Amino acid sequence: MTTPSKTLEIRTSPHILSGNSVDTIMFNVVLALLPVTAFAVYAFGLAGLLTLSMAVTSCVLTEDLICRATGKPSTIGDWSVTITGLLYGLTLPPALPLWMVAVGGLICVAMGKALFGGLGYNTFNPALVGRAVLQAAFPVAMTTWIPGFMAGRFSSLPSSTLTLPFTEPTVDAITSATPLALWKFSHEATPISELSMGFVSGSAGETSSVLIVLGGVYLIARNMMNWRIPASIFATVIALSGALHLTDPSRYASPMFMLFSGGLMLGAMFMASDMVGSPMTSRGCYLYGALIGLVTVLIRTWGGLPEGVMYAILLGNAVTPHLDRWTQHKVYGTRGKEAAS
Amino acid sequence: MRLLGTKTFRHGVHPPESKDETSGLSIRQFPFAPVLIIPLVQHMGAPSIPVVAEGDEVSRGQRIARADGFMSVSMHAPASGIVRRIALAPSIGGRMVPAVYLEPFPGSTQEVEDGTPCPLETSTPAEIIAAIQDAGVVGLGGAAFPTHVKLQVPEGKFVDTLIINGVECEPYLTTDHRVMLEQTDDVFTGIRYLLKVSGAKKVIIAVEANKPDAAEHLRERFPSDLNGCVEVLEVKYPQGAEKMLFAALLGREVPSGGLPLDIHALCCNVATTAEIGRLLPFGRGIQERVITVTGPAVKRKGNYRIPIGTPLRFLLEHVGVEEDVNRVFLGGPMMGAAASSLDISITKGTSGVTAFTDSAAERTHSPVYPCIRCGYCVDACPIFLDPSVLGRLAANEEFSVMAEQHHLMDCFECGSCSFVCPSHIPLVQRFRAAKTAVRKASAPKAGAAQ
Repeated sequence: MTTPSKTLEIRTSPHILSGNSVDTIMFNVVLALLPVTAFAVYAFGLAGLLTLSMAVTSCVLTEDLICRATGKPSTIGDWSVTITGLLYGLTLPPALPLWMVAVGGLICVAMGKALFGGLGYNTFNPALVGRAVLQAAFPVAMTTWIPGFMAGRFSSLPSSTLTLPFTEPTVDAITSATPLALWKFSHEATPISELSMGFVSGSAGETSSVLIVLGGVYLIARNMMNWRIPASIFATVIALSGALHLTDPSRYASPMFMLFSGGLMLGAMFMASDMVGSPMTSRGCYLYGALIGLVTVLIRTWGGLPEGVMYAILLGNAVTPHLDRWTQHKVYGTRGKEAAS
Repeated sequence: MRLLGTKTFRHGVHPPESKDETSGLSIRQFPFAPVLIIPLVQHMGAPSIPVVAEGDEVSRGQRIARADGFMSVSMHAPASGIVRRIALAPSIGGRMVPAVYLEPFPGSTQEVEDGTPCPLETSTPAEIIAAIQDAGVVGLGGAAFPTHVKLQVPEGKFVDTLIINGVECEPYLTTDHRVMLEQTDDVFTGIRYLLKVSGAKKVIIAVEANKPDAAEHLRERFPSDLNGCVEVLEVKYPQGAEKMLFAALLGREVPSGGLPLDIHALCCNVATTAEIGRLLPFGRGIQERVITVTGPAVKRKGNYRIPIGTPLRFLLEHVGVEEDVNRVFLGGPMMGAAASSLDISITKGTSGVTAFTDSAAERTHSPVYPCIRCGYCVDACPIFLDPSVLGRLAANEEFSVMAEQHHLMDCFECGSCSFVCPSHIPLVQRFRAAKTAVRKASAPKAGAAQ
């Protein structure tokens, strides 16, 4: 019989943890994004690969440098900045000049994340902050799209990709319009089959809805994403655009078109559902999703831009703290009391 | 609220149950330690007053301390032996408390001494309450609240439903499970006493779905003249908290800061009920209790009937522990308190002894990340607090804001929020500190008003 001679550790309960961890959650989000990322590279070739690599590299480097400069241990190991880099890269036009990609990546992390206090404190989705700044700074480059599946996409680059910093990118002959732009400016509807599979032009990662949904379902199954957010966004978009479509099918796009075109899938699944910027209560999540869906339909239908998901999500992020406050649960044992008083 | 045919409450968590290794093991009698150290404060309330002196010889079951007022209970000798000392002894939190050091006689037959019986049929409710206090009965689920205090229904109040808590949602522990299987008759006798005292018309025995044999066993033996039933509840932590039971079984909520009596309900742990049924007919007192000794570091796990006052060191030596043991708690891993020393002893409130090794403890050594607002804690909290917001306030020491605006004092420290937090923020630990600070801040004011 031996008596333990070593020191006993004293901690307060609970003495066991679920085993879930921030870095595991973040790593799984990265995993869920891999099919979409692979498809983006497959569809846009070298241009897609370079854009995504530059986006991730610039974001990770920025985070690491900021940690070093402020004397904190590097936080790139928690994978959250990798998600930011990937999402940011996936929302960019594949032929965007690489120097612009790098500038945007720096803005994502420096302005969108570090400035607010780092992981957990960033009110707005960092990837969208970077993208929004680019949209304002380089409106032409940010709306110049190349078609997917071009011949020779793995051997040659669009001339715009390697534009020198601070020079006007030369516009390629091979640009094409996104389905949303086609609808907005010439009322041309793209078939849903092409939209859902990703055989259209658009941002690097927004074209294949099927793969996006696949990644989302994986995260939902692992309880690493709140399904209420994408569900509420989709339901709102379908309801609103469906109602509009019924009143005048030639003027208003069909709900299916709205759902599968542009950045809605990617935004709803991976950006609106980002834990940091979304509400914590279930009711808050429904309201948040409804707001994003509503603003998206408003901008797409009556706004000057063909796409509005980005602004809708940023607005949703801004409202999140209020939604949380308004939708707090009634604490156990306080219901009867307040009803009586 | 009903889900898949079993009742439950909203929210909660699903820790690994880890009960399989001991749930099938019958209760075994534990030997006497060379010296039993019986603290005179084993319950919530005033310390008991010793009625024996150093050098006295006592017989097993004899009263060795009497209650000091209503909020106190008697103590009984766990063994026939000699009182060596009445002196201070360490308690679970590290504080020194008065205790009786009893040295059992090695050759004694250890027969239990009976007291004045309290027959069920002829005793009045007041007599039963006095007998329960005299038997030293406290909540054996872990809270150690004097049972007779809970049973005292004040003028103008009434109880319609008695709930017998056999949920045992705490991982690892199988004490109540074994008691339900092996002391079934005691449980029903105890219920009859409790019904008579409380005036309740109906009894519900609540069992979690992971103990189907216990539920079946109780149903088969349920006396036909008792008005009540056995309810099987979904396996979910903290289903065994009485507030959760009222919500799940009756759809009622105890008002914030109120008592179960406010909703005409009463909840009693099944092991406590069994002790009442076992002791009162003979006028005996609690001198031992059933304890699950388990955990990855324990070699001979099991359910033991252990004399009160058994030193933790003797207990662990007897069951054997692994070399790399590094944490021992009294109770289970969700709400149990870490033992600060092996010199503390088993008390009436000890429902289990769990020992962990280094490797099993690894998961709690993870780095702390900032809150990522995942909302897991919000979905876990059984009383619908926002642990995320409370955690941020606690980090800034905004204790009064926590209490006044965010219902801090309603937290009963089940630990669900800390369990699920992927950032490993010690939420409930912070709330404990905050509650202590709030109580401290309000105490002088109360004193000044008197």
